[in-house]
Amino acid sequence: MADILGAEVDEEGFLVDLKDWTKEIAEQMAKDDDIELTEEHWDVIDFLREYFEEYQIAPAVRVLTKAIAKRMGKDKGNSKYLYSLFPYGPGKQGCRFAGLPKPTGCI
Amino acid sequence: MSTKKFMYLNRRSSFGTVYALESLEVVLIAAAFEQDVSLAFIDDGVYQIVEGQNTDGIGMKNFSKTYHALGDYEINKLYVSAESLEERGLTEEDLMPLVYEDEDDDWEEKPSVKIVSNAELSKIMSEQDVCLSF
Repeated sequence: MADILGAEVDEEGFLVDLKDWTKEIAEQMAKDDDIELTEEHWDVIDFLREYFEEYQIAPAVRVLTKAIAKRMGKDKGNSKYLYSLFPYGPGKQGCRFAGLPKPTGCI
Repeated sequence: MSTKKFMYLNRRSSFGTVYALESLEVVLIAAAFEQDVSLAFIDDGVYQIVEGQNTDGIGMKNFSKTYHALGDYEINKLYVSAESLEERGLTEEDLMPLVYEDEDDDWEEKPSVKIVSNAELSKIMSEQDVCLSF
């Protein structure tokens, strides 16, 4: 089984145990994807973690987009902006960096 | 793509079997297809949306919190059998206050749960294109 900084990940790179998550792991995952995490990335990652804490699921992209729009304004709550931060998909890649499981319904 | 009316029937309590969780996951996945979705809670299924569930003692994920996300997925028709509640000594106050934000009404929060008699429920079921029972 593969690991990132000692934390076990599955074949798609998602943390097996979300309690293992640290900011350093998120940064390492991003680095492996050639992304440097900015404040804008962290806003979304923090949001995803809060959403999971509250609802026990990772939100679908559609729901994430709408929720970000409500919280941070329409200029950020659109898929173009979110994909510019997470080119492999705000749901899939964002959730992976946030230490969450793959979003329900995400293929 | 034409829109069909889908109803998911939930008849079992939350944690004794995997049906409740499976139903909820199917509902969330199917929400991506933007169909007209409603849920019905009948028999022991009414326990799925009872307030104050705690899974610490059984080591399972407390997915009852996830029902609060249904509004975000535009699933806001949750019908609960009045007879099933009464048979179990429950009232509407024992259920989670599940709400959705109405896009057409300045995002006002509105309740998603509706208590209906079995006769009303049967009428609603007869209007569906698809009923899936869990």
